[in-house]
Amino acid sequence: MTAFLQYLGQSTRISFTKLGRASYFLLQILAGVLSLLARPRLLLKQLYSVGVLSFLIITISGLFVGMVLSLQGYYTLSDFGAEETLGVMVAASLVRELGPVVSGLLFAGRAGSALTAEIGLMKATEQLSGMEMMAVDPIKRIVTPRFVAGLISMPLLAALFSAVGIIGGQMIGCGLLGVDDGAFWSQMQAGIDFRDDILNGVIKSLVFGFVSSWIALFEGYDAIPTSEGVSRATTRTVVNSAFSILGLDFILTALMFGEH
Amino acid sequence: MDNHVTPPNSLVSVRNLSFSRGTTKIFDNISLDFERGKITAIMGPSGTGKTTLLKLIGGQLYPDQGTISVDGENVHQLRRAELYNLRKRLGMLFQSGALLTDMNVYDNVAFPLREHTHLPESMIRTLVLMKLQAVGLRGARNLMPNELSGGMARRIALARAIALDPMMILYDEPFTGQDPISMGILVHLIKSLNTTLGLTSIIVSHDVHDTSAIADYIYVLSGGKIVGQGTPQEIQQSESEWVQQFMTGAADGPVHFHYPAKDYIDDLLSSGKRY
Repeated sequence: MTAFLQYLGQSTRISFTKLGRASYFLLQILAGVLSLLARPRLLLKQLYSVGVLSFLIITISGLFVGMVLSLQGYYTLSDFGAEETLGVMVAASLVRELGPVVSGLLFAGRAGSALTAEIGLMKATEQLSGMEMMAVDPIKRIVTPRFVAGLISMPLLAALFSAVGIIGGQMIGCGLLGVDDGAFWSQMQAGIDFRDDILNGVIKSLVFGFVSSWIALFEGYDAIPTSEGVSRATTRTVVNSAFSILGLDFILTALMFGEH
Repeated sequence: MDNHVTPPNSLVSVRNLSFSRGTTKIFDNISLDFERGKITAIMGPSGTGKTTLLKLIGGQLYPDQGTISVDGENVHQLRRAELYNLRKRLGMLFQSGALLTDMNVYDNVAFPLREHTHLPESMIRTLVLMKLQAVGLRGARNLMPNELSGGMARRIALARAIALDPMMILYDEPFTGQDPISMGILVHLIKSLNTTLGLTSIIVSHDVHDTSAIADYIYVLSGGKIVGQGTPQEIQQSESEWVQQFMTGAADGPVHFHYPAKDYIDDLLSSGKRY
């Protein structure tokens, strides 16, 4: 019993210490944002590797998710003779939930894990230490550009995911299942609200981008500088990002759509 | 407490330094001086904290006790910006080279110049080529770090370390894992750079032969203490058992061959648990 309590206390203490380190790390990242403005090239390079390189996986996943949504939605809606509303159903699911959440999870898996491994290996091969000895702050030079790139990329990727998903849904719904094209689009136009649906979706994806970039960069920076340490850190990035995204999604949904 | 007088020509002086990691005492109240314009070597068996000492001098670690001053400035009392200003005047050569792997050789050497100066690209080019010429690798400027051999990576890192014309270079195990030719090149480079650029060099190494050949002064560390110091000749003739064991490479002596363990016979005869 004592051993269990001791273990519980110790692991709580370790978690809180880590949370403290992560918060301090975040402050250091944010302190570097202003000086990043003076060097847009650093940001552009990261936007490419964090954002542009995630394009393909986001587009393909979005397309398939949209197509499946349309299929499943059609079978349920047609029972009630409401297949005309397929457009609004597909669009609302994507813009409100699936767009931000699934692209957030994919982002954590594709870009987040790469960020952790990159930073962790830079630490293991003394590149970060070397930079410090060259009087270059590795957080400003390496971490902040990646963080800002993640923050900018995530809403754009989520928007891309939703847009491609809607096209996929339309292809299946109208092309294959015979839903009227005009009804599909006009129901969607009438049913989707800019502030309630689209803006809330964008806010969600910004939050997910913030959290998963923070987790990925911190895990890399805090990794034990060995191959095993980096591998564990990469796993933690994906697992912790997924939990955070799903948990935050529930909280955000409750706050945003709770009163309806 | 401080019974060491700092020599007038000292660039780095370490006073009453103590440092521990966890419960292990790495340094126990040691004092060292590194003279300007000289090559000073810190030698000792692996795990005596030689690299830690370099990190303490560079302000990357904080001592438990004692002070380290570089060029008259107490490293651990400097503000961050002042510490960074001091580091611009120091070069450090890491054991792995620590080249930035996403840039080619040219950009690696140009990195400190681009970060800390506002020189036009044409002038940066001239400076980079001069530094690369000094280490004999001007022709390798377009290679990526993963295309370099260990010795070449270290020479590129050396070119980068001298990019901002520092007053001092810290070498962390520069000779480890080098073939005889690369070793010869590095030994020659360290000596000639020190003379031609008027540098001060601190070499951390356990390579007795090559380090003795170029060092002006040697400190031998073991178990957190200085067990011997002097010019290479004095060290060779030292009567200290520690120093003799280290210099001759004897398997047993004051530094035991065996890691501390319980009695061998008892250990063999005890049954049951795996460990």
